[in-house]
Amino acid sequence: MKPAAFSYVKPATLGEALGLLSKHSGDAQILAGGQSLVPTLNMRLSAPDLLVDINGLDELSGVKLEGNHIRIGALTRHVDIENSSVIAEHCPLIALAMPHIAHPAIRNRGTFGGSIALADPAAELPACICALEAKIEVVGKGGERKIAAKDFFKNLFDTDLKDGEIVTAVEVPVVTPKTKLAFDELSRRHGDYAMAGLAVTAKMDDKKIENINICFFAISATPVLAEGAAKILNNGIMNDGSLKKAIEQLESDLDPLPDLYASSALKMHYAKELLKRNLGNWIS
Amino acid sequence: MSKLVQVTTSVNGENVSRGVEPRTNLVDFVRYDLELTGSHVGCEHGVCGACTIRLNGNIVRGCLVLAVQADGGTVETIEGLSESGKISDLQDSFLSRNAGQCGSCTPGMLLTADALLEENKKPTRTEIREYISGNYCRCTGYEAIVDAIETTSKKRQGEG
Amino acid sequence: MAGSNGLSIHDRPNSYIGRSVPRPNLSRLLKGRGSYADDVKLPRMLHVAFLRSSLAHAEIIKIETDKASAASGVVAVFTGKELAEVCSPWVGVVTHLEGMRSPPQDVLAVDRVRWQGEPVVAVVAQARALAEDAIELIEVKYKELPLAVNMKTALDADAEVIHKDYENNLCWERNVNVGDVKSAFAEADVVIEEEFQFGRHTGVTLESRSIVADYDPGEEMLTLYQSTQAPHMMQALFAKHLQLEEHKIRIICRDVGGAFGLKAHAYGDEFATVAISKILGRPVKFVADRMESFLADIHARDHVVKGKIGVSKAGKILAIEIDDLTGIGPYSVYPRSSGMEVNQICNLTGGPYKFENYKARGRVVFLNKPPMCQYRAVGHPIAITVTEGLVEMAASAIDMESMEMRKLNMVADDDYPNKTVSGIPVENLSHQASTDKLMEMVNYDEIRDEQKKLRQEGIFRGVGFAALIEVTNPGPAFYGVGGAPISAQDGCSVKLDAKGNLIVGTSITEQGQGAESVISQVVATAVGITPDKIKVISGDTENTPYGGGTWASRGTGIGGEAAAKAGKVIRDSILDVAGILLQNEPSTLDIQNNQVVNKSDGAERMSVAEIGRVVYYRGDTLPKDFQAEMMAVQHYFPKSYPFAFTNSVHCSHLEVDVNTGFIKLLKHWAVEDCGTVINPQNVDDQVRGGVVQGIGGALYEECIYNDQGQLLNGNLADYLVPMSAELPDIVVGHVESKTFESDLGAKGAGEAGTAGAPGAIMNALNDALMPFDVRLTRQPFTPQKVLEAIGKI
Repeated sequence: MKPAAFSYVKPATLGEALGLLSKHSGDAQILAGGQSLVPTLNMRLSAPDLLVDINGLDELSGVKLEGNHIRIGALTRHVDIENSSVIAEHCPLIALAMPHIAHPAIRNRGTFGGSIALADPAAELPACICALEAKIEVVGKGGERKIAAKDFFKNLFDTDLKDGEIVTAVEVPVVTPKTKLAFDELSRRHGDYAMAGLAVTAKMDDKKIENINICFFAISATPVLAEGAAKILNNGIMNDGSLKKAIEQLESDLDPLPDLYASSALKMHYAKELLKRNLGNWIS
Repeated sequence: MSKLVQVTTSVNGENVSRGVEPRTNLVDFVRYDLELTGSHVGCEHGVCGACTIRLNGNIVRGCLVLAVQADGGTVETIEGLSESGKISDLQDSFLSRNAGQCGSCTPGMLLTADALLEENKKPTRTEIREYISGNYCRCTGYEAIVDAIETTSKKRQGEG
Repeated sequence: MAGSNGLSIHDRPNSYIGRSVPRPNLSRLLKGRGSYADDVKLPRMLHVAFLRSSLAHAEIIKIETDKASAASGVVAVFTGKELAEVCSPWVGVVTHLEGMRSPPQDVLAVDRVRWQGEPVVAVVAQARALAEDAIELIEVKYKELPLAVNMKTALDADAEVIHKDYENNLCWERNVNVGDVKSAFAEADVVIEEEFQFGRHTGVTLESRSIVADYDPGEEMLTLYQSTQAPHMMQALFAKHLQLEEHKIRIICRDVGGAFGLKAHAYGDEFATVAISKILGRPVKFVADRMESFLADIHARDHVVKGKIGVSKAGKILAIEIDDLTGIGPYSVYPRSSGMEVNQICNLTGGPYKFENYKARGRVVFLNKPPMCQYRAVGHPIAITVTEGLVEMAASAIDMESMEMRKLNMVADDDYPNKTVSGIPVENLSHQASTDKLMEMVNYDEIRDEQKKLRQEGIFRGVGFAALIEVTNPGPAFYGVGGAPISAQDGCSVKLDAKGNLIVGTSITEQGQGAESVISQVVATAVGITPDKIKVISGDTENTPYGGGTWASRGTGIGGEAAAKAGKVIRDSILDVAGILLQNEPSTLDIQNNQVVNKSDGAERMSVAEIGRVVYYRGDTLPKDFQAEMMAVQHYFPKSYPFAFTNSVHCSHLEVDVNTGFIKLLKHWAVEDCGTVINPQNVDDQVRGGVVQGIGGALYEECIYNDQGQLLNGNLADYLVPMSAELPDIVVGHVESKTFESDLGAKGAGEAGTAGAPGAIMNALNDALMPFDVRLTRQPFTPQKVLEAIGKI
């Protein structure tokens, strides 16, 4: 299908972009990578009057090490993150996730910020940044604010972004020598949206687990942190017993939503399986 | 019909300037406005890869990029890559291995294979299969295509 | 059937038969220089888009199109009523499927919509996007009606009957009763019963259906650029329903981006496009986009089959019984009918085996879902999965190797001619030789040993087989007898030009399988001209002989033989002239590599190019009583057997992850006997492509409906087609049992891969899960189904 007609503008500055979004509130949509927006336009699921193309806002692009965190510009393309040595060294969880995102032609255009702002329940990056305790930087007419990742994803395709706001960057803490991570997803075909996925970060100090974040994606409407399971594993040395308990705890932590190919029971089973497979080798 | 936007871009080395509707995607622009019909349309939702085209040096889905976004940039299609001879060894391998049947996926496959071999000079068969896993082929069952890409990479490495 | 001087094509020197020469047309496709229907741009061409029904069953109360007609760029808007005045309705029934019924179908819905996606209004505009904009301005008032969307209940007394003139939703029923199954089952040591289910799925050709209709009122000539497999059939149908003369219709199908049977049917949206061009006197283009393809292309394979097998404890098959139910759309598709799947299933179940007692019932019911019709391997995957599933279950029950049981029951290679248990004559097959060859290719003992070891580590691998017979090269008994204007014969014209090149016209068509390559290789061999000097023209009703096109794996066997015959005639004609010019008997001469040579020592005497020059420019140097004829046309169709059956045997080796339910295909083997192989590489790749489509049906593909008849996964993200990373390499081997109906001896090869793969995969899956004592029989085999079966969820 062809999209419904829309007007197009490519602002030269962030200020201009914000002004346009404010002026056309409700009728305008941001065009960044377009890899999720354009299909919805092509299917006429979405019909904005105006597209605001922010691809010219170079200041929103780039990966920078800033002390104990990395600042990932929202407009940074997936391919650039995939190839970034800074990410590989300081944020390996995201590096692990990147090859799972669709296919090369999509990654050449899709952006980090776009994935965060869209908040597809099956997307990898929202779950990664929740597990990483990242902060999302957002700019609007009212100024700039920072939102903790876990507070950003509210409901199905629904984030804390207010009308007229743009995600400008995500701040991700860097790894330390004590960081342990896991990333995994189950999908039927390479590059498909996941049927279930897992992103885990923790600090392991002399085998003792601290500050573990267990985040699932493609299970619910938003990425979901398994807080009960994390509590069981925190401040202890993982063994078969504690892992088993944590896996059982998922029955309370998670309330999976079924989709076309997976019942809630299957989703729950996959969540448990992912936790078992990926944390199983943390047991010494 | 909304106001036309002027797009000036280099397509296969030739400068073109056209007024397009913002909603026109890049592959439709190339096919209908420029009459370069070698790039194909298979789904219009970015999944099948038939519209794979190069924008500013990288492969993209032509159905997911607006023509206006090519303004000031460069576009390369199968026609351009053929005429320049850049992929002639890939095309030769595809021809001798029968790696194309109906030809619908073929331009997209060649663009993707070309990008793969730029990134990875000696891909394993598994790596080849993963890289082209975003290009749908209904005819070949993919094996001939994997064979042809593997043969090309080996020849480029001087492995006969 | 040798040539006039007794030579068989198999005796030709420098033969191209059996050589993997590159396809002549592939070069241009590799350069992006294909010419598909959507590439065609004609002066003043318009675009049509369709408003389609969002409901599966409803009365159309009112259609308001005024706003659409006034929209920017819109030239015309047509409802079903308006187009019915220009295009007559059709009935998709073939008379030889006795008792089949289907009501008349209009190009666009007139009073009711009967499936989600049925076209209702046509909008014609200067661009597709503008037509779609206008569609949003159309208001259709519907009154929803109760639905019949479940085939299992569609014949119940309280089911909603879709067609008010019928007493129920039955379209057709076929019964076969051979021998006495009741007694045979009573006698049998073991009786196995099982129900098999197959997911409704669709072809998903990468090039969607496309047509450019150009009616020229000046010449009263209709030219169509259509992505079709059967241009002469379409010519006959357009003539009939649009009241045109056939010779005033020209159909061109230059490059077709995959068809697989999908593009051999009459579609309302395509006929509407042609009717509109006739009305407006301008070119009109219609390209189905991907979303509407899922709703508007024919679907296939929606079947539930109850199967029963009775065997002796020694492993002899005593009886097979099946009860097949299929839910098609609200109409049987025109002109081939939606009864062919059931017909084939009744014909082919039990195919490779010799047994006396067979009972089959097949019922076709109307549903409020998209119409169903022929798609690659038509009915075969179902017949073979059921048969081979029952065979492996029975073998397991009597503790016999399934291959041993097959060998015990297979029709022996020297037991021909024979008949299928359903009574169809079979010329010659090679089940035994093919099976032996397969078992040489498959490292079966290793696989079994490894399976045992890995089971102890909690890794579950399985191996499964499927043996089959396949219908190819059908004669007039397939469609013609039933009244369908589908030619069962094909022709080939060969013209020598003034430079020694051959211009060849064939009535078979090309959709990527290499039809033009086959014709080129056969003509090159028959005449003695090298392929670089041969140009093949296909897909043009004005420039090729009259014929059937390419479907049902008939192109090589039938079109190829016509080409062999025509080639021989031209060769004889060239040698007649050579004989005069060289003062030698033509029988002492031959043509090799573009040269007339001595048969005895191969010495070159003169070039064929020189013959061309003399014939065309210097006829004055030839005798007055001699007329050179450098253009030959020959036709062919098989006359002794209704089909050329082929046989195949497949093996699948896979691994099941019992924690995720994912199935990993490790390897697939297929031995194919399609008679003479013209181009081995092309044939092997046809088998591979076919296997992958079979894998699609077995593991991934299904049109998922809710109980309102709404398709839930009509896009390529949600409808899963096989992509490269999940597929194994596929090993193909051959045995060659030529058909003696033709000199070429070629049978068809296009569909057997699809026919055998699902059965082999199902058997391998159940073999892998043997320790769990479960059986999966409902395709596609998704992780959900696997885990539910083994009790993980």
